[in-house]
Amino acid sequence: MMDLRLPIGIFFLLIGLVLTVYGIISPQNVIPNITQKINADLDWGILLLFFGAFMTFFGAVAQRKKP
Amino acid sequence: MNISFMLGNLIAQTPVPISSGPLLHIHAVDIVILLIYLLFVLAIGFITGKGHQTSEDFFLSGRSIPAWITGLAFISANLGALEVMGMATSGYQYGMMTANFYWIAAIPAMIFMGVFMMPFYYGSKVRSVPEFLKKRYNEVARFINAIFFAVFTPAVSGISMYAMGLVFSDLLGWNFTASVALSAVVVVVYTAMGGLTASIYNEVLQFFLIVLGTAPIVIIGLIANGGGMNLWNDWHVFTQKLTGMQLSPVPGGHVLSGAHYLTTWTGTGNTSDNTMQITWPGLVLGLGFVLAFSYWCTNFLVVQRTLAAKNMNDAQRTPLIAAIPKMLFPFVVILPGILAIPLIPGLLPGNAHMPGGVAVPAGMKIDNVLPLMMGKYFPAGMLGLGLTALLASFMSGMAGNVTAFNTVFTYDLYAAYIRPNAPDKHYLNVGRIMTVVGVLISVGFAYIAEGQSSIMGYTQTIFGFVNAPLIAVFLLGMFTTFTTPWGGVFGLLFGTGAAVVHWILRTYTIHLGSASLHLTFNTDQAGNFWGAFWAFVYGAAAAIIVSLFTQKKPEKEMVGLVYQLTPKPEGEHLLPWWKKPVVLAVLVFLATLILNILFW
Repeated sequence: MMDLRLPIGIFFLLIGLVLTVYGIISPQNVIPNITQKINADLDWGILLLFFGAFMTFFGAVAQRKKP
Repeated sequence: MNISFMLGNLIAQTPVPISSGPLLHIHAVDIVILLIYLLFVLAIGFITGKGHQTSEDFFLSGRSIPAWITGLAFISANLGALEVMGMATSGYQYGMMTANFYWIAAIPAMIFMGVFMMPFYYGSKVRSVPEFLKKRYNEVARFINAIFFAVFTPAVSGISMYAMGLVFSDLLGWNFTASVALSAVVVVVYTAMGGLTASIYNEVLQFFLIVLGTAPIVIIGLIANGGGMNLWNDWHVFTQKLTGMQLSPVPGGHVLSGAHYLTTWTGTGNTSDNTMQITWPGLVLGLGFVLAFSYWCTNFLVVQRTLAAKNMNDAQRTPLIAAIPKMLFPFVVILPGILAIPLIPGLLPGNAHMPGGVAVPAGMKIDNVLPLMMGKYFPAGMLGLGLTALLASFMSGMAGNVTAFNTVFTYDLYAAYIRPNAPDKHYLNVGRIMTVVGVLISVGFAYIAEGQSSIMGYTQTIFGFVNAPLIAVFLLGMFTTFTTPWGGVFGLLFGTGAAVVHWILRTYTIHLGSASLHLTFNTDQAGNFWGAFWAFVYGAAAAIIVSLFTQKKPEKEMVGLVYQLTPKPEGEHLLPWWKKPVVLAVLVFLATLILNILFW
């Protein structure tokens, strides 16, 4: 059976990538209704990329160890 | 009674205007995120379905899954539609007191389940909760439990589906039928292909998605309240702002300072000093003991996840591992609701009735406070993530119900009464067919609920009648040898009867000659808590009294089912500390205690 961390990791890598790219290409798309100018798509996208990479790495290592 | 059911009741009572037109506007990037999610859940169903050879592979994942996965699935299956959105709503309406649904109404019961009950559930190799009742008591006890579960689980799932359809039509302007059909088809495809494994694997994905999709609203909510990037400072600004507000949680209720929205136990000595208008004995006995233990320890929806674990140690650790994120969940699901009070004011049903109070703006209702926060503060992209997280919560709840339903139907009704002794392959196919049937029944219920929304409240109330006495019968069965098979059956029936009588007396006034009988509670919540407590007491009393006059089961038939007659798991002392259920249980308990003290 596939190690579950692998699909979860890939899923968040993809979502993180979509948000990061969208955050870069549309920097005017900041959080509405607050005075701070925060590019939430870019910030959260990068965080999701890290989380996705972390899960994918450990999933791939565990998968390789499986008989 | 399921805790989220009570929240459903709560939501159903709230007087709200009908919304008109979509409130949230989504962009192409949001749709892309939604599509990636749908693609992944279907792919997981396809991949996990390939290795299924036996019915046990399909219904119980071949008892092969490690504890961290079953643990996260354990709480994710409970993270249904009403849970995630309902908790934010309850946070908005009742404040931090809602955390009692976690710190009192979940963690102690989960600890008890892991340490004391798992050895019987997992050790006896039963495949379902009704099957345990058959082994410990008799066929009648199994039948009563199985038939209620099989009828009400798809109904409850249908209510979830109705809530989802409503959210997507209210907020996005999507067609109700299209929303229901899309989610139903996706859930059918992945659960029919991959069975419990697909459901569990997707529940873990959904768990991370729900956390990572709703957590940013907490950060942004803090910034919006506090005005700066120092979140600690923002929290202080927010608490001062909230403390200065005058709020009324329910129509006609007391007006309280916003400070009451930041505590869990303060003011529970008197009904007028807290937001839920309940005293601490009701919270501890009704919610913390009876309702929590009956849900977390006997509801097959969650128990099934523990049975999928690969060994006894993993099965015991399943609810204990689940308890760790569970105790932190209030900060992800309840806090957005509390943060919304100053940001989206005027949704409190009580405040709308206060002199000079703010009327509920058209199209916005308290049930939708979480998506409304997302719509107000998430930019395009993040909104897609947030809405996908909500859809994930709907799907995890629905799939959890459907996998529990198809197992109980196949093992406890079909194989027991309709076609016993058929080849295993036959039951595997029946399970797949029942997955489709279960979802179709749920869709039917979603439409009934759409036509007549009061059906929601009734379904949940009836389900509550059956659940409360169940824990009495389980505790007596697992920890005493004197409770007889018929004692168990009468315990279930009398406890349910007591719950019905209690409900009738608090809903109607009964006139007996010149006397009139009526039970009064400040809120429906308080009534529910006390009703559950008395159902437990009467159920236990009936089981004990009937046991005095009926035939006991031979002790050799109770080995592995009763505490005194079951050998302790061997080799536990050889395990590292983090794998010892008792050590884990103590740590979880202490952490929960600290959280209670911090938010006393």
